[in-house]
Amino acid sequence: MIMRGDVAVIGVGMTKFDEHWNKQLRDLFVEAALEALDDARVSLKDVKAMFVGNMGSGMWVEQEHLGSLLADYLGISGVPSLKVESACASSGMAFRLGLMSVTAGLHDVVLVGGVEKMSDVTTSESTHHLATAADREWEAFYGMTFPGLFALIARRHMKQYGTTREQLAKVAVKNHKHGSYNPKAQYQRAISIEDVLNSPLVADPLRLLDSSPISDGAAAVIIARSDIARRFTDTPVYVLGSGAATDAIALHDRDDITTLRSVVLAAKEAYNMAKVEPEDVNLAEVHDCFTIAEILAYEDLGFARKGEGGKLIDEGVTELGGKIPVNPSGGLKAKGHPVGATGVAQVVEVTLQLRNEAGKRQVSNAEIGLTHNIGGSGASCIVHILGRGRR
Amino acid sequence: MSDMSVPKTPRIWQLAERRYRLIGSKCLKCGRVFVGSRKVCPQCGSRELEDVELSRKGKIYSYTVIRASPMEREKYGPYIMAIVELDDGCKLTTEIVDCSPEEIDIGTEVEATFRKIGEESKSGVIYYACKFRPVAKGV
Repeated sequence: MIMRGDVAVIGVGMTKFDEHWNKQLRDLFVEAALEALDDARVSLKDVKAMFVGNMGSGMWVEQEHLGSLLADYLGISGVPSLKVESACASSGMAFRLGLMSVTAGLHDVVLVGGVEKMSDVTTSESTHHLATAADREWEAFYGMTFPGLFALIARRHMKQYGTTREQLAKVAVKNHKHGSYNPKAQYQRAISIEDVLNSPLVADPLRLLDSSPISDGAAAVIIARSDIARRFTDTPVYVLGSGAATDAIALHDRDDITTLRSVVLAAKEAYNMAKVEPEDVNLAEVHDCFTIAEILAYEDLGFARKGEGGKLIDEGVTELGGKIPVNPSGGLKAKGHPVGATGVAQVVEVTLQLRNEAGKRQVSNAEIGLTHNIGGSGASCIVHILGRGRR
Repeated sequence: MSDMSVPKTPRIWQLAERRYRLIGSKCLKCGRVFVGSRKVCPQCGSRELEDVELSRKGKIYSYTVIRASPMEREKYGPYIMAIVELDDGCKLTTEIVDCSPEEIDIGTEVEATFRKIGEESKSGVIYYACKFRPVAKGV
């Protein structure tokens, strides 16, 4: 309970998410970090610590020790800086560690970032690297992949609750439409249900356009103790709640694969800390690595009853203009998914929305926003709730 | 392709017997059965677990056809992957072989069959494990 409203996001930055063939991981990170520093009007010497989310730089670009490398290239060597890894939830977790370091009284101003450089290798190499977030010996060894794991979830959800192929497609259609309003999205074009249903199968029943892309990119935020936030900015956004949880690493070791227990647990912690209910949330950035994951998120975050996530997309509740817009940024599907950058990029979007600076994709009268970042097939989850007011 | 593409020989040997003979862990307190070796039961917290031979028959719990392969299977083509729920209650991830996707569904009865999974290199270790195939009807 110690964190409610005690920490504010005072600056945000991110690169365009894209295939950045001519940029290196460190270039992307520094670009996002400098944008966040300038946005916060914070100087390099004000940054007292850094946390960087990254899933697999050792595999993708043969570079580890990112904390030191990136502090060096950002020009803040000397401060403590470390890499945080929790697969695709790496930077969501880095954000939480940043919050903890501020609320613990260790640091007043902290930079939290996330970065991934995935496009330097072939797709099949990336598929292999991503599968290290599953159980290497008892899932990936046998040939299981990430699209495969979410396909298993989708097939069960369709069987148990009657979720339809079209409902899954509608998630991608919605997020592409939202992405078309986001100048930093990897894909800024609308697609149709037919486009999704006619795209190549990746892992039945999931198709290419059900899947988030392979992306390069970085995102960064500056956080500070709330009582000093206004020294830097007129528009602090407050962190009201933070929840984190884990689940069995292997999908087969879970009792019911149509619900992600880590999400239910993390959401409960975050809602309790923030003293808000799901119906109080005005917008959410959720982890739609595959379309089925957004349907699960609706249910596990309490926006819909279990099994009724598909209905929510049918009714347009989660579109811009709906009751609770989900993924106004375009989500992982259209904005892109440089895995280690995703969690912080979600915080960037919610902060812009709460500051009323989201341009064409602005959610009107947004007071409370939620981020939902999962690692692997849901073996880790981080949920954050941010507010325009400290409450 | 980097040499991270394939499992490393020591790790293959460490798990060879468990994979060849389909040996898992059973919690003596709550009775739950797991693939792999565990010292603590994640369901009840008991430290009393023993190795058991897993059931070699079960039913498909969910399945998919992998069409975008990881690099160690780049030339392997589409293949069926599933979670199978064994008769002893253990669930595991496995490949389904000797059939086409049209011949299976959730609930299809399957049985273990010893197969090659891959090889480390032309002269390196070949690794094996159990895959599953539909139980022949009328047998």
